[in-house]
Amino acid sequence: MKDLVNKSAKELNKLFLSKEISAKEIVNAFYKQIEIVEPKIQALNSLTKDLAYKQAEELDQKVSRSDKLGPIAGVPIIVKDVLCVKNYHATCSSKILENFIAPYESTATSNLWSAGAICLAKSNMDEFAMGSSTENSAFKKTKNPWNLNTVPGGSSGGSAASVAAMEAPVSLGTDTGGSVRQPASFCGVVGLKPTYGRVSRFGLIAFASSLDQVGPFARDVYDTALILQHMSGYDPKDSTSLNVDVPDYISKLNIGNLKGKKIGLIKELIGDGIESEVRKSVENSIKILKDLGAEIVEISLPNVKYSVPVYYILATAEASSNLARYDGVKYGHRAQGTKEVLPMYTKTRQEGFGAEVKRRIMLGTYALSSGYYEAYYKKAQQVRKLVTQDFLNSFEKVDLMITPTCPTTAFELGSKVEDPLSMYLSDIATIPASLAGLPAISVPCGFDSKNLPIGLQIIAPALSEELLLSAAYEFEKTCNLFNKTNMKVSAVVVG
Amino acid sequence: MTLTQTKTEYEVVIGLEVHAQLKTKTKIFCNCPVDFGAEPNTNVCPVCLGMPGVLPVLNKQVVAYAIKTGLALGCEIVKHCKFDRKQYFYPDLPKNYQISQYDQPICSNGFLDVNGKKIGIQRIHMEEDAGKLVHAGSDRLHGSDYSLVDYNRTGTPLLEIVSLPDIRSIEEARDYAQLLRSILRYLDVCDGNLEEGSMRCDVNVSLRPVGSSILGTRSEIKNVNSFKSLVRAIEAEIERQTEILNSGGKVIQETRLFEENSGKTVSMRSKEEAHDYRYFPEPDLVPLEISKEWINEIKETIPELPHNKKIRYPKDYGLNSDDIKVLIEDRNMAEYYEAVIRLGANPKKAANWLIGPVTAYLKEHKTDIINSCMTPVQLADLLVFIEKGIINDNIAKAEILGEILSNGTNAKEIIEQKGLAQITDEGALKQAVKEVLDQNPEQLKQLKEGKEKVRGFFVGQVMKKTDGKASPNIVNKLIDEFLK
Ligand SMILES: [Zn+2]
Repeated sequence: MKDLVNKSAKELNKLFLSKEISAKEIVNAFYKQIEIVEPKIQALNSLTKDLAYKQAEELDQKVSRSDKLGPIAGVPIIVKDVLCVKNYHATCSSKILENFIAPYESTATSNLWSAGAICLAKSNMDEFAMGSSTENSAFKKTKNPWNLNTVPGGSSGGSAASVAAMEAPVSLGTDTGGSVRQPASFCGVVGLKPTYGRVSRFGLIAFASSLDQVGPFARDVYDTALILQHMSGYDPKDSTSLNVDVPDYISKLNIGNLKGKKIGLIKELIGDGIESEVRKSVENSIKILKDLGAEIVEISLPNVKYSVPVYYILATAEASSNLARYDGVKYGHRAQGTKEVLPMYTKTRQEGFGAEVKRRIMLGTYALSSGYYEAYYKKAQQVRKLVTQDFLNSFEKVDLMITPTCPTTAFELGSKVEDPLSMYLSDIATIPASLAGLPAISVPCGFDSKNLPIGLQIIAPALSEELLLSAAYEFEKTCNLFNKTNMKVSAVVVG
Repeated sequence: MTLTQTKTEYEVVIGLEVHAQLKTKTKIFCNCPVDFGAEPNTNVCPVCLGMPGVLPVLNKQVVAYAIKTGLALGCEIVKHCKFDRKQYFYPDLPKNYQISQYDQPICSNGFLDVNGKKIGIQRIHMEEDAGKLVHAGSDRLHGSDYSLVDYNRTGTPLLEIVSLPDIRSIEEARDYAQLLRSILRYLDVCDGNLEEGSMRCDVNVSLRPVGSSILGTRSEIKNVNSFKSLVRAIEAEIERQTEILNSGGKVIQETRLFEENSGKTVSMRSKEEAHDYRYFPEPDLVPLEISKEWINEIKETIPELPHNKKIRYPKDYGLNSDDIKVLIEDRNMAEYYEAVIRLGANPKKAANWLIGPVTAYLKEHKTDIINSCMTPVQLADLLVFIEKGIINDNIAKAEILGEILSNGTNAKEIIEQKGLAQITDEGALKQAVKEVLDQNPEQLKQLKEGKEKVRGFFVGQVMKKTDGKASPNIVNKLIDEFLK
């Protein structure tokens, strides 16, 4: 059983299709692992056991009938609690949606279940995906499997930690300003944010609509590509989803793709504020990329320095609007004992939302207010266009770009809770690609002296996920950190 | 009451904001049916209920209707536009924002020709309707024991049609609203029912000294549910503002509610209490592209509109304005009339028949021309029978018309079956005329003395004897012959 949870999605699928193990055995093995590690990691909000065993049974029937099954059949997945899985809780780790049961399925998960994936659990997160440490959850504090005193990152901290702790081979997160890439970096796993519009947002409970994307976590690039492959595609239920074909990512994962590629190192994101050990690790990564035949050039994106303020205006503005619907009238938490509608609204929202969510609603409301709109929201939209243009200009000169995913490695629990600004700066390197809607991946590239993982971010032009994945794949193969990851995490959490 | 009757020194300035519910099959951002009679909260889905994680998808028919309306009102249609969120908290608004259009309306700079005067249309934009609240123990949310929400109406497509403050009298405001309603019905985009709320008017009213070109402070009046209320609400508001100004006060900018019972407007909220709607572009929808080809395609579907007919009818058919008003009010009636004319009927006679007995019948039977059984050919035939003297007007009205309208039987068949053809044979009528004259010596004496009034009596008596079938012309001729 313990061997089974070490396996990648690819390996599990192979074992399942060759009938060496049943889907039910896979589910059993991972629930056993969850039982062992979950008390320490606290990555999950709820288990979806009924669904998992139902899906497993169907898969086992199919395999016994020799029905045609694909490359993610039998692969168990953990889903961030911001995505709707029909008839199961979707809490967003918020008290206001604590008892909300989704009456519909998100398109991303629906695509995965159709391809034979199995839903194991819903994972913990920063409330409404607002945060960089998962400490903003109303329910629990998820620990980083590499060091239980540190945070797993956020907002998809539960999904990242669960994959690092082998509660599942792969999981889904959502990335608005770095919420997949940053926790991937902290937890030593791979995390990808697709091009905006690549994956449908239907059934993804919105934080900031113009930035949100569903992204996969896995312990290697191959599994990441596998999941992206099967959840992507145009969805008529999401007007912002892109009506373009999804390429075969897996067949493009070859060694030798990096030879002759030009990779830009974004000058503005490797300077001040980046921990020296992180910088050293990125420098080492540059050496590896060079050895693989890539040419590294330093590039400048002059407007990237405005990314964090621009992001915190736009994302909070959209959030203030998206979260207005949680008012106690229709579903979710409703405050008791009020007699008029206005006190009902305010008490409901006062009780239902946590401090960070309230802070962002207020920031966003302010930015959209009459008299401030021009100075904040509109100006931020203009700068967002400039940042996007910076990327477009630079991608005429380079094929890919790299930055450290995060300026630091995982920080200690509670260390930044009282300092939101320093928490916000944790996303300084991931926000620019979000603003430009570009695909970006975080791959493990080393460890600091405290043995905490470091991530390298690779950014590609829009809809160039194949190039992004094949570059990350080749880098990962050469870096060869994967076995080390498995062993060390196992030691900490199972210990 | 008109302005001159209140105080002479002020001119009223009026602008109208009309909300028109579109007659699409489904709602603007989801597939729920648009249907007004349904049980509460049955025509709803996660999208129009604003559930977490769902997304709006634009119904293209709404855009087509907006373009059609814009073209009919002489507007410019934009090449691209977007939707915005208008944000305020209210229990009938499930997302607590309304998807609307703010700074890029789909249509702008149009006009409506009202009695020869151009009333500017500033803009037309698309938006979603809210739900309906039902209050227990009060007629408002405030102070009620509890309130229930029906979300069936939520997401019904609306056009907001905003006029410039070009209207200068109550009558002009009413005529503008009536013509606009008529056009929306001609276009078949809205059924224009004010009482049921499928068309709603907000009225901006301000006063200024006659001769001044500066706009006075306006108030916006809501809850106007009929053309009659529109007139009453503006009257009441002019009176109120005039009193304030005459007593040296200042009108404050506010939203007021028209109260049907008292006939007065009452303050709803002042400018200071007005919502800050915090508009921003709707990120869940992509910008809308509108091609020239699409606009041209829609242009083809626009029928001749009532205000064009109003200009054309006197020239083509020689009708007076009162008759025209009745005929063109409803597009089906106007098109029916034109079909009858195309079949060769006399325009004046056809108009009289449609406005008179046909309309009376339709009203009595609570139906309309399109749902009656009479085809334009059948009416044209009936008119031919009258013109040829085969039947007279009274028989046609009393015995034939109702049958055609209700059963669709041809006039010819009815005439034959009932034997209604006029008696035009002089020989056959001579005896009847003689008898009537002989039996009424007193009246005959009067007639001989030149009292022509009595002639009608004799014609009537002959009619009675012949079951109304005698030709009145011939009866008169025969009476003259007897008197010689
Ligand atoms: Zn609906």
